[in-house]
Amino acid sequence: MDTVSDVPYIVEATGLTKEFKGFAAVKNVDLRIRRHTIHALIGPNGAGKTTCFNLITKFLEPTRGTIRLNGRDITRTKPADIARLGMVRSFQISATFGHMSVLENVRVALQRPLGTSFHFWKSESSLSALNDRAMQLIADVDLTQYANHMAVELPYGRKRALEIATTLALEPEMLLLDEPTSGMGREDIARTSDLIKRVSENRTVLMVEHNLSVVANLSDRITVLARGEILTEGPYAEVSKNPQVIEAYMGTGHGHG
Amino acid sequence: MTTSHIATSAGQDGYSPVRIIIALAVLAVLLVAPFGVYPVFLMKVMCFALFACAFNLLLGYVGLLSFGHAMFFGGASYICAHAVKVMGFSPELGILAGTAFAAVLGLVAGLLAIRRLGIYFAMVTLALAQMFFFFCLQAPFTGGEDGLQAVPRRPLFGVIDITSDLNLYYVVLAIFIIGFAIIYRTVHSPFGQVLKAIRENEARAVSLGYRVHQYKLMAFVLSAALVGLAGSTKAIVFQLASLTDVAWQMSGEVVLMTLVGGMGTIIGPVVGAAVIVTMQNYLASLGEWVLVIQGVIFVLAVSLFRRGIVGEIVAFIQKRKDAAAN
Ligand SMILES: Nc1ncnc2c1ncn2[C@@H]1O[C@H](COP(=O)(O)OP(=O)(O)O)[C@@H](O)[C@H]1O
Ligand SMILES: [Mg+2]
Repeated sequence: MDTVSDVPYIVEATGLTKEFKGFAAVKNVDLRIRRHTIHALIGPNGAGKTTCFNLITKFLEPTRGTIRLNGRDITRTKPADIARLGMVRSFQISATFGHMSVLENVRVALQRPLGTSFHFWKSESSLSALNDRAMQLIADVDLTQYANHMAVELPYGRKRALEIATTLALEPEMLLLDEPTSGMGREDIARTSDLIKRVSENRTVLMVEHNLSVVANLSDRITVLARGEILTEGPYAEVSKNPQVIEAYMGTGHGHG
Repeated sequence: MTTSHIATSAGQDGYSPVRIIIALAVLAVLLVAPFGVYPVFLMKVMCFALFACAFNLLLGYVGLLSFGHAMFFGGASYICAHAVKVMGFSPELGILAGTAFAAVLGLVAGLLAIRRLGIYFAMVTLALAQMFFFFCLQAPFTGGEDGLQAVPRRPLFGVIDITSDLNLYYVVLAIFIIGFAIIYRTVHSPFGQVLKAIRENEARAVSLGYRVHQYKLMAFVLSAALVGLAGSTKAIVFQLASLTDVAWQMSGEVVLMTLVGGMGTIIGPVVGAAVIVTMQNYLASLGEWVLVIQGVIFVLAVSLFRRGIVGEIVAFIQKRKDAAAN
């Protein structure tokens, strides 16, 4: 197997299937994500979008199918090692470290490369070398004023922003964002949307997103999932006119977009 | 605001003058304490306080509830007592042997239990501890029901006399301070930061590239070793190792101490251990009733002050601070 990093597709999932006790949440999905693009995964609730994320990042073992990252087979790789290969995910429910400060949240993502993460005899102050970088990442998501707050105290939109800062701390080549703007107000949505645009410049983004104007604005390509299967794939203009897509959205009485 | 300013106020690691004064005051009290209170009682409190602190490293800072920590406490106690009494080890080497044994036992138990979550983790540790209990009951070197009695108190390092309780008190105090310092440092270390992250959100820690099982295992071994240090020291203090220390009730008692004092706080377990040991001592004449009273205290503790004694005090101070700030 070759692991050239200049294959056009950074992620290639083939025949991805996940069954939960006989119920197929994801069925035979082929997903190819082109490098340096923003790729959106949309579909009604329960379509299997989060499950796809869990499979690609190996938080779930696929029942069938293979996953390649930069041409390298990662179907049997452990989730922590996926992050080390440059693919980092966020979670649908905001995932911060609640009883740690905003600064500590970001710093814990930065500290692994120091190689002292098992050093229980070293002082925490040895981590302060990372503070400048952490504060820079925090400033990038407009959280400077919250740097000393416990993450649990932040308003919801700010928690999501913190999650993005923490994800970016790993300088991932590939980001998977699961509903990054869900639960946000108009202003937060605009800010997050700009942020995603900005960080995608030299990265690849796969995102699940319900807000169709965000999808329309940001994504180069869209995959529509319904009942675990791919309905269609293409640029927004094409996908949004597809009668099957319109039906899938209307059919479930889905109030989004 | 500069970043360095933020750093000092964000880290809870600050050595502020107030903290240093408090620490020195506590140390002064501990140094004169044996002149007012029975040294043996104080040593017992310190052994259990170290036991509870080491247990809390796992429960409070990683979120793992072990229900088998008696195997490390009692196991180390047997090894230390055996090494000193039968093999003629000096006390410091006996304590070291007990601690090392607990670390190895911790590694084995940890490898078997660490991948289980929540109640399953508690059950696996309990099952392993029960197996260890029956091993101790059957094995010839533990002295069965009698235990290992009359463990000699040989001179420490061959020179320091510890036959007097007062002298031994200072040795135990030093051991307690070393153990406590190791735990404090661990909590406030780069490793401790990862442990907190795992406690707060394990999946997120994984997604950031941390192989969380390795960190949990490391914490488990550290905890077991420090519990072993406490158990070995207890064997020297009481000149005895017995089945009491490996029984499941002992695993329960340390949970009780930690919860009553306040889990996840650095001195909560010390307070909890002091409260429970004091209670046991003063209520000893009531016989079986001690257990009932302990049960009642436990129920009261978890229903009235969920955060434990120290946890509630910290929360109260925090609330007043917040109120003052607004
Ligand atoms: N761990 C699980 N066990 C059983 N069923 C699951 C599990 N995770 C997801 N599902 C089911 O799989 C389907 C797809 O879920 P999900 O991927 O979360 O959808 P989406 O993110 O598109 O809303 C749903 O019907 C859900 O109930
Ligand atoms: Mg979802």
